[in-house]
Amino acid sequence: MQEPHIKIAEEQTTYAGVLDTGMKAGLLIIIFTFAVYVFNLLQPHIPNAEISRYWSLPVHQYLQATGVHAGWSWLHMLGKGDFLNFAGIAFLAGISIICYIRIMPVLIAKKDTAYTVIALLEILVLVLAASGVLRSGGH
Amino acid sequence: MRHLKAAVLVLILLFIPAILFCADASAHPESSVAPWWIWPLVLFIVTFILGIVAVLGGVGGGVLFVPIIGGFFPFHLDFVRGAGLLVALCGALAAGPGLLKKGLADLRLAMPVALIASSCAIVGAMVGLALPTNIVQTALGITILGIVAIMIYAKKSELPEVKKADALSTALRINGIYHEASTGQDINWKIHRTPQGLALFIIIGVMAGMFGLGAGWANVPVLNLLMGAPLKVSVATSKFLLSVTDTSAAWIYINNGAVLPMIVVPSIIGIMLGSIVGVKILAKTKPASIRYIVIFMLLFAGMRALLKGTGIWN
Repeated sequence: MQEPHIKIAEEQTTYAGVLDTGMKAGLLIIIFTFAVYVFNLLQPHIPNAEISRYWSLPVHQYLQATGVHAGWSWLHMLGKGDFLNFAGIAFLAGISIICYIRIMPVLIAKKDTAYTVIALLEILVLVLAASGVLRSGGH
Repeated sequence: MRHLKAAVLVLILLFIPAILFCADASAHPESSVAPWWIWPLVLFIVTFILGIVAVLGGVGGGVLFVPIIGGFFPFHLDFVRGAGLLVALCGALAAGPGLLKKGLADLRLAMPVALIASSCAIVGAMVGLALPTNIVQTALGITILGIVAIMIYAKKSELPEVKKADALSTALRINGIYHEASTGQDINWKIHRTPQGLALFIIIGVMAGMFGLGAGWANVPVLNLLMGAPLKVSVATSKFLLSVTDTSAAWIYINNGAVLPMIVVPSIIGIMLGSIVGVKILAKTKPASIRYIVIFMLLFAGMRALLKGTGIWN
C-alpha cells in the first residue's frame, strides 16, 4: 500500500494495523448486534414500537422517562436487545485508546520522550472521557 | 458519464421527499402513524445519499448529518449530535489505516494536535449538553452558515511555501515525505506557525464536541493555510485526527445517555455504504455541480437550524 521508497515510521504502521483490525471487528459487532435488536431476537428495554415516544425528548427527560441510567450502566443491560448495541459502539469508541497504548512501547524503545509523553497524556484524556466521571449538568 | 449524472440526480430527488416526510412528521409527531421501522429505514436511505454527496462534495459526513438530520427528523438534537459524532468517528476510523499506511496522514503532525483538540472536545460536549437546546440550535445554525462561507471563500494551497520550520515543529520533528502520485514526485514538507495552529485547535475541539459535526471543515484550512502542510497531507491528517477528537467527545455523549442505537447504527451503515458508492462514482466522474448542491444543502440546513433555534420555524 505504501510507496516502497517512502519510509513510514514504525509507530505509524503499528497504529494503522491496530486501527484496521479494530475498525473491522467493531463494524461487524454493530451490524450483528443491530440485527439482534431490530429483529427482536433479544427483548429490548424500550420496545421498538415505543422508541419514537422518547427520541424527541432532551436526554435528561429521556433518561427519567425510560428509567435508563447514564454512564456505564448499559453494561448491566447487555441482555436487552437495544443495550446490546452499546458493546459495538463502545468498542468503536475505544479503538483509539488501544492504538495509543499499543504504540507506547515503540515510542519508548525509540527514546522519543516528547511523543511518549504526548501519547500518555492522550491516553489519560481518552480514559477520563470514557470513565463516565465527567457528566453534564443537563438542560 | 450521463448515466452517472442521472443516477446522482435521481438520488438527490429521492432525498427531497424523504426529508419533507421527516419534516412533516417532526412538526406533527402526534398525528404520525408511521410504523417504527420506517424511521431507521428512512434514516438509512437519507444517510446513504448523504454519504455519496459528502464524498462527491469533498466534505465529511458529520457536517451534513447533524444539520440535516437535526433539522428535519423528529429526533432531539442531543441524540443527533451524539449520532453525528459517532458517524464522523466511524468514517475516520475506516479511512485512518489506509491514510496512515500510505504516509498521507502523518502521526507526528496529528498527535500534538489531537491531544489539544480531544481535550477541548470534552469541554465542548459537556457545554453542549448543558446548554438549552434553542441556544445550541441557534449556534449550530450560525456555525453551519460560517462553514458555507468557508467553503465558498477559503482558498487551498496544494504545496504551501514554508521557508523555515518553526522552533516547536523542529523540536517535535514534525516533517515528512509523501509521494505525489499525479506527478510521480516525492514531496518533502515541513510546517510553520505551529503554536498559532495549536491554539486554533482549542476552538476547533470545543466546536467539534459541542455540535457533533466532525471538524474537517476547520482542520484542513488550519493545517494547510496556516501551518503550511501540503493539501493532501492536511486532508488525510485531518481525517485521521477526527478518529481521536471525536472519540473523546463521543464518550461524553455515550456516558450522558445521548446515544440511541436506533438512530446511530442505521446512520453509520448508511453513511459508510454511501461513501463507498461515492468513491466509486468519484473514480469515474465528478459532477461539478455537486459542490454547489452541498453548499445549497448546508445553507438550507443552516437556515433551518437558525430559524428552529430562534423559534421562527419549528
